[in-house]
Amino acid sequence: MKLKTSILAAALPALMAFAPTFAWAETIRIATIESLTGTFAPIGQNRLETFQFMADLANKEDWAGPDNDFEVTGFDGKASPQESVIQLKRAIDQGYRYIGSGNGSNVAFALVDAVNKYNRRNPGKEVILFNYSSIDPDLTGSKCSFHAFHFDANTNMKIEVMASAIKEDPAVKKVFIIGQDYSHGHQVSRTAKSALERLAPDVEIVGDDLHPVGSVKDFAPYIAKIKASGADTVITGNWGSDLALLVKSAESAGLDAKFYTFYANNTGSPTAIGASGADRVKVVTNWHSNADFDTEKGIVATYKEKYDDDLYMQYLETVVGMLAQAVKETGSLDPVKNAHAMEGMTFEAMHGEVEMRADDHQLQQPLYVATWTKTDGETVKYDQENTGYGWKTDTKLDREAASQPTVCEMDRPES
Amino acid sequence: MEFLTINLLNGISYGLLLFMLSSGLTLIFGMMGVLNFAHASFYMLGAYFAYSLSTVAGFWVALFVAPLLVAVLGMAVERFGLRPLHKYGHVSELLFTFGLTYVIVELVHLVWGRGAQPYGIPPELSGPLFTVFTTEFPAYRAFMMGVALLMLLAIYLMLTRTRIGMVIQASLTHPDMVEALGHNVPRTFMLVFGGGCALAGLAGVIGGNAFVTEPSMAAAVGSIIFVIVVVGGMGSLSGALLASLLIGIIQTLAVALDYSLVDLMALFDIEIGPMATGYQFLSLTISQLAVALPYLLMVLVLIVRPQGLLGQAEG
Repeated sequence: MKLKTSILAAALPALMAFAPTFAWAETIRIATIESLTGTFAPIGQNRLETFQFMADLANKEDWAGPDNDFEVTGFDGKASPQESVIQLKRAIDQGYRYIGSGNGSNVAFALVDAVNKYNRRNPGKEVILFNYSSIDPDLTGSKCSFHAFHFDANTNMKIEVMASAIKEDPAVKKVFIIGQDYSHGHQVSRTAKSALERLAPDVEIVGDDLHPVGSVKDFAPYIAKIKASGADTVITGNWGSDLALLVKSAESAGLDAKFYTFYANNTGSPTAIGASGADRVKVVTNWHSNADFDTEKGIVATYKEKYDDDLYMQYLETVVGMLAQAVKETGSLDPVKNAHAMEGMTFEAMHGEVEMRADDHQLQQPLYVATWTKTDGETVKYDQENTGYGWKTDTKLDREAASQPTVCEMDRPES
Repeated sequence: MEFLTINLLNGISYGLLLFMLSSGLTLIFGMMGVLNFAHASFYMLGAYFAYSLSTVAGFWVALFVAPLLVAVLGMAVERFGLRPLHKYGHVSELLFTFGLTYVIVELVHLVWGRGAQPYGIPPELSGPLFTVFTTEFPAYRAFMMGVALLMLLAIYLMLTRTRIGMVIQASLTHPDMVEALGHNVPRTFMLVFGGGCALAGLAGVIGGNAFVTEPSMAAAVGSIIFVIVVVGGMGSLSGALLASLLIGIIQTLAVALDYSLVDLMALFDIEIGPMATGYQFLSLTISQLAVALPYLLMVLVLIVRPQGLLGQAEG
């Protein structure tokens, strides 16, 4: 059913091209390239729905003024860089000039390259990319681009927050780092080591292990190794079943260590982790549903009612909100004008004020460390995926404290 | 000492789960000559059926009913899918089961969705069974081992001590004679196929909540069970047991070994720095290679003993 509506939505712009009466309606059309089929489909679907939910909210409350409405359409990038670039071309052919980019840093790199190339060859018809889930620091470092904006906090920022939380926790003495054997796992391991050395020199790193992505069935031997090392804390960049199996295995072997993760709140993981992660699993995130009850304005409950799924992709509020603010400021739908307007822009998001840093287009925002806890109706009001467990804030780091320097040297077009 | 004991226990229990997974496959191949690519899909179906049943009737009912459901499904597949194809030879059968894997995954998507299912360990079996030094050994792992051993015993007794077992064995070597004696050979094959699928289903019931019940779970075990069947010897049940235990223990112990070729050379006073050619390869630790070891073992077995550890040479 969900799929049907998105196919319908994909067909809509094509129909609209033949209806010149629509020309006066200032619709801000966003094409977002997500993994809507395959293994990552539940995650992609959740993001697309959140995007559309935020667009509906913006339309209802006239974020971009009464004349401008948002419309978000999903394109299936199948989590593959090649397929995503093909979908980007399709979206551009259909007249989209604002593009969202979902799953995977490999996809994000491919899309940034493709957008840069297209914009160089088609002056006056530029498109702008909003990346809201790939967190490779190179995206806002060596590969930074004027035409791409990044809304999730990158790995370096998240690890900085993680390391400060570990510094504040006197119970942490020995840390074990375990990750998947590919660029992301390597990056987490490298950055975590240097951040811990700098911020918490007393904490000892007792192990550093890599395992292949998605092919380990039995994590018991890894848990035995962690146990033997005497670690009280585990840092892992794992996601999906690699994360769930690691946590389940730890629980059944009676390993008491805390797990610092990045992805434990992504669709599927809460169900798979369930009770085995209670008070054990932590997530570093820019927002969670129990973060700010006064500022989320009941959005979490409304979302759950509408989609029977959980809201955790807060970034999309910022994407829609900042673009709306830019359109209002410039009075134009021109992507380059709005990109200039978005540089250095601040926005009042659900979790506080956020800023799009002009230097590298990396969103500066508060970050949380939260623990998987049984709901209690008060501080842990909302659960995730009907598990009876939700996130409870351990620490919140202000956007200044979470900030990291950049090496970006950006070429800007004349405004 | 603690580390070794717990790792051996982990290795044996993992090996026994692998055996549960591969025994059905090797049985079907041994008896019928059909290489069932969809075997892991029946494992997945077992997990999903068990999850759905356990929400209605509890885990213990699911433990018995889910494998039976999978068996019925397997028999239907044999009767209406494989049997008509039999006369076209093994390649057609192989392609059919290969296609079946895709059909089953899509069906699972349609019925249960693409996400993971909250299929949990029953409360009676959660928690530790005993403590080895300071590490707890989970009760569920022991349960897994127990079920696998019972299963092995049941198959063995059935094949060697019962009438139906004799008929099955006889149908394998002398189908015409068995038919002439008044036994229904096609029906025997159907039963064997259903039985093999039921074993996969049982592994699914047990493995689904020990690990994660999700649509990619079939693909995750698909390759390793073929490795076991090849290493153990195609069609040999005791070979599959040996290979499963071997692979389970090797893989588990390898994870514990953080040694690389660089360390080995350091013993002989050969220092290799990160800048040296091939450092990336030489610094790979045994633990990083753990997951690849079963495949290396398979290649080795194929070179040295192509019929598998306990398999019989053809002809």
